[in-house]
Amino acid sequence: MGYTIAEKILMAHIGKSDIKPGEFIEANVDIALGNDITAPLAIEQFKKSGTKRVFDRDKIVLVPDHFTPAKDLRSANQCKILSDFAAQQQIKNYFEVGCMGIEHALLPELGLVGPGDLVIGADSHTCTYGALGAYSTGVGSTDLARAFIDGKCWFKVPGSMKFVFNGKLKKWVGGKDLILYTIGQIGVDGALYKAMEFCGPVIRKLSMDDRFSMSNMAIEAGARAGLIEPDEITKKYISKFKRKFEFYRSDSDAQYDKVYEWDVTDLEPLVACPHLPSNTKLASELADVKLDQVVIGSCTNGRISDLRISAKLLKGKKIKSGLKLIVIPATQKIYLEAVREGLAEIFIKAGGVFSTPTCGPCLGGHMGILTEGEVALATTNRNFIGRMGSPKSFVYLSNPAVAAASAITGRITHPGAL
Amino acid sequence: MEFQSGFGIGRIGIGNLKMLIKGKVHKFGNDVNTDDIISAKYLVSTDPKELGSHCMEAIAPDFAKKVQPGDIIVAGDNFGCGSSREHAPVAIKGAGIQAVIAKSFAAIFFRNAINIGLPFLESQETEKIKEGDLVEIDLGSGIIKNLTQNTIYKTQGFPGFLQELVEKGGLMNYIKEKENKNV
Repeated sequence: MGYTIAEKILMAHIGKSDIKPGEFIEANVDIALGNDITAPLAIEQFKKSGTKRVFDRDKIVLVPDHFTPAKDLRSANQCKILSDFAAQQQIKNYFEVGCMGIEHALLPELGLVGPGDLVIGADSHTCTYGALGAYSTGVGSTDLARAFIDGKCWFKVPGSMKFVFNGKLKKWVGGKDLILYTIGQIGVDGALYKAMEFCGPVIRKLSMDDRFSMSNMAIEAGARAGLIEPDEITKKYISKFKRKFEFYRSDSDAQYDKVYEWDVTDLEPLVACPHLPSNTKLASELADVKLDQVVIGSCTNGRISDLRISAKLLKGKKIKSGLKLIVIPATQKIYLEAVREGLAEIFIKAGGVFSTPTCGPCLGGHMGILTEGEVALATTNRNFIGRMGSPKSFVYLSNPAVAAASAITGRITHPGAL
Repeated sequence: MEFQSGFGIGRIGIGNLKMLIKGKVHKFGNDVNTDDIISAKYLVSTDPKELGSHCMEAIAPDFAKKVQPGDIIVAGDNFGCGSSREHAPVAIKGAGIQAVIAKSFAAIFFRNAINIGLPFLESQETEKIKEGDLVEIDLGSGIIKNLTQNTIYKTQGFPGFLQELVEKGGLMNYIKEKENKNV
């Protein structure tokens, strides 16, 4: 009997040649990640444990990205805990404002994570790196504290679910629509405790940016991981990094708890309506939804291709009067590219805000909080009650093309209808 | 009253201690997410009491005020879905909640609860339990007694490794003991 890619990566990290779903293992991690919300709690626990030095200062990554640049005094204090700890422990992968980015865009961009890695992050969207063929999963602050001490983490080996995407994608349809479709089909706990595996001809043609968007939202179906087998597209993406990577593939006789196979040729851009990511409808059905704000950015869709497609639609246009458009490149590198390519100018001339990288509005932190009754369309990943501010506000989720088109009309709009 | 110490990990009496938990039920539905449990705007703090005072604010504004120390949350499927914020189980403990019973738990919340020693049980019969019911949980046997309705619900205990973590009172204690053994 064969093994899935998830099982193979976990096996490699415990030095065993067999593993079974449901089994509890303690494995050595390649990277342990924390941010300005989760790391302070981990650092507090680490200090309480009396441990003097972290297990390996090169395997810890700290990114203050959620409430940064520090939005208020208390978040400044949280950030200071990270920078002090990084200095004291000589952690080189600490990214201060100015060289930072949203963690899940930044780590792949720098080659800190890649195929075959076992990554834990005290952030639920750590599953993003599954797009590179890594087993990468969200954990809590205490897990992170423990990893600081001995580099290990406990895992319950997940069963795997396979999602095969056949056909050919239409214009304006991308990775975000595929994952919204998937969550819409199986629900927000449809892959609870499972490793999702995305495959099929549509995935093989998908760009890395689109793959990141898909794996990023595996958690929104309750999954531990969202994996894509590495291929030529993956190899090209990581070719600039000097380090060694391991390429794992699922065996043809690997065991899956469930296999879904969909032809997505007719798929149209989707929108997740309040207040769950599984509450999906066609963008074209929602023309009556009037918007107060559009956010383009986040660890889901703040990458350069997301900004390019948005700028293409917004070029020479003005956004709807009274609407707030907030565009946030995910990393400093993407920010600079957007400036060089003239994208920043397009957003600003259209009447939008072009911000320094931050998670900010996605989690109702800062840089675009919604007040009572306001409605936003965002390229982010969650639309829970009060996610972006007031519990009486409303968040819709879409791909960047739908978001840009909707910023122009002020209503949820299929980009093809412009 | 070991469980009202907030983030300080109390002993959970599975196994040796046969810990009994008794409290009044606060009922919630399916897919209670971590933004519901503690909104991101409060994540500038790690203080259990402060976090607890805002617990469930968006979906049940009076919750924190209504909770009596020792009360119990009963919910449906996928409790704690969403973000990895450990502040969520910390807020629940900080509010004075002693244990959570749900049909199922989201994976990260599950591990956070285990890691910090927040007692919880999975039961398929949570819809039978009503708001305000008085229930008693025997963490040793996994038996839930509904004292108001005079009924019993059986649940499964934790599998071996998790049981060990729980018995040690959370992940950090487990690590400490492991380290001491290695010295």
